[in-house]
Amino acid sequence: MKAEAMRKFLILFGREVSSAFHQPLAYVVLFFFLIVTGFNFQAGVTLLNTGAGTVTMVQAFFNTVYFWFPFVLVFPLITMRVFAEEAKMGTIETLMTAPVKDAQVVAAKYSGCLFFYLILWAPSLLYFVVFQEITGVKAAEAVGSYVGAYGMLLLMGLLFTSIGCLASALTDNQIVAAIISFAAILGFFFLGLLSFLLPSTGTFLRELTYYLSPVEHMMDFSQGLFDTRPVVFYISSTLLVLFATFHIFQYRRWKS
Amino acid sequence: MIKVEKLTKRFGGFTAVNGIDFEVQKGEIVGFLGPNGAGKSTTMRMLSGFLPPTSGKAEVAGFDVFADSLQAREHIGYMPENVPLYTDMRVCEFLRYRAALKGVPGRRLRERVGDVLELCGLKDVEKKLIGNLSKGYRQRVGLADAMSHEPDLLILDEPTIGLDPNQIRLVRDLIRNLRRHHTILLSTHILPEVEMLCSRVIIINKGRIEALDTPQNLRAHLGQAGHVVFDAIVPDAAAAASALRALESVQSVSHRTDGEWTVFTIHAAPGNDPRESLYRHAVDNQWRVREISRPPVSLEQVFTEVTGGDES
Repeated sequence: MKAEAMRKFLILFGREVSSAFHQPLAYVVLFFFLIVTGFNFQAGVTLLNTGAGTVTMVQAFFNTVYFWFPFVLVFPLITMRVFAEEAKMGTIETLMTAPVKDAQVVAAKYSGCLFFYLILWAPSLLYFVVFQEITGVKAAEAVGSYVGAYGMLLLMGLLFTSIGCLASALTDNQIVAAIISFAAILGFFFLGLLSFLLPSTGTFLRELTYYLSPVEHMMDFSQGLFDTRPVVFYISSTLLVLFATFHIFQYRRWKS
Repeated sequence: MIKVEKLTKRFGGFTAVNGIDFEVQKGEIVGFLGPNGAGKSTTMRMLSGFLPPTSGKAEVAGFDVFADSLQAREHIGYMPENVPLYTDMRVCEFLRYRAALKGVPGRRLRERVGDVLELCGLKDVEKKLIGNLSKGYRQRVGLADAMSHEPDLLILDEPTIGLDPNQIRLVRDLIRNLRRHHTILLSTHILPEVEMLCSRVIIINKGRIEALDTPQNLRAHLGQAGHVVFDAIVPDAAAAASALRALESVQSVSHRTDGEWTVFTIHAAPGNDPRESLYRHAVDNQWRVREISRPPVSLEQVFTEVTGGDES
């Protein structure tokens, strides 16, 4: 029974991944992403060249506006399709009358999006290898810096992908799904930026925005400073959002 | 194979299906007949496990379609209206995916997909993208998908809608060939289709079952015994009509003239065939006869009678 459930999940997951690559949008996103991250890398090298001082290449790469801009923008593009398209095309009907559980479908769709997100970021690892090879300068002070930066990339990806999936489950229209998830992710992102505007440490609002701030989290983790609070925050809120997605998915089908 | 008890579905205040009961035995082809919006699709969606009912219950192959939904679904091949398919996939790729998803083991996938491709006449398009296929081919891909895991029961929602006459014939032949291995529940609003394919008919209107019987019985009971056309040259039409009325097994006679011919429309008593006595009567009176015939009652008439005519 376990093996059978796993097999179904893998079949659905495979379908999600292949359908992501069957659409032209995937290649547009990949292309756009390579250009912007390439530019971001180049900006990092320039920063190091001007000798501003204390940052490493990894820190320079993960803490610029050129990093955050494509990062935030990419989730709606990855996820808008997943539920909305099936609802619109009616294929949800054949899908959900096959002997599969709703939870398997939600898990497979979510994992498929996450997989695409990871593929998007994978080439950036090469940048640092090339950087060290050519310049002879270490890209990071220690391995912890890589683990922290990419770990945080994954954690934030977990949450924002789930938000995108939730938005897609809410509607039959991909554009509407994209706008909802974009608004939600951007709203969350700016809430975190508030911590820079509130100078006094120790106040409740400052602590709260700090706790929620992706920018702060990335800043810490890319220096190799680990903190369990953001880890708990991202994982637990991802589970919450996925739980909501599952119920909305079920509700909308049963109501249709 | 199917057992439905007091099945009801409400959408808000609107009752789409209103407490229907019926049973389908193994090996039958049952036609679900009704005007648009009668509740055919809703019933089929509930049977296939896509929609939960508001109340009542349904069983397929002994499994409750809601409580044991997964087991029930393994026995069902469902083709929804308008046949939604993944247009970005190739035909064989799609069928392989669907068969695997529906539990066909890996080692049998190739064989199964090959079989359904063959059966549905899809061999020559197996490498094509579904998005590029014509409507007729898509319909057949949908059918191939529905039977890819060798289900006991096929639920086909309007399998021939939107096809041209040639394609309709192909799909019908296909369905007819399937009856050896599958129980089939299909919906349609094309009446001749039901007469051609089905062993039983369920007529549904406004969410209720109006009639449930074999096409022959429905015709016999609901359409009366039918009428007989008798066309002859008679000296006096009115007198002839009353003479015919006096014959045994004749219930009523009306007539009109067509040049020198008089056309009588004769309604027989149920279960009687007055044609032979009409012939004798004509010979005895030395009438010249052009026609004695009994036009078949179509289900069309039955349907109109049952569903209240004009509304459909």
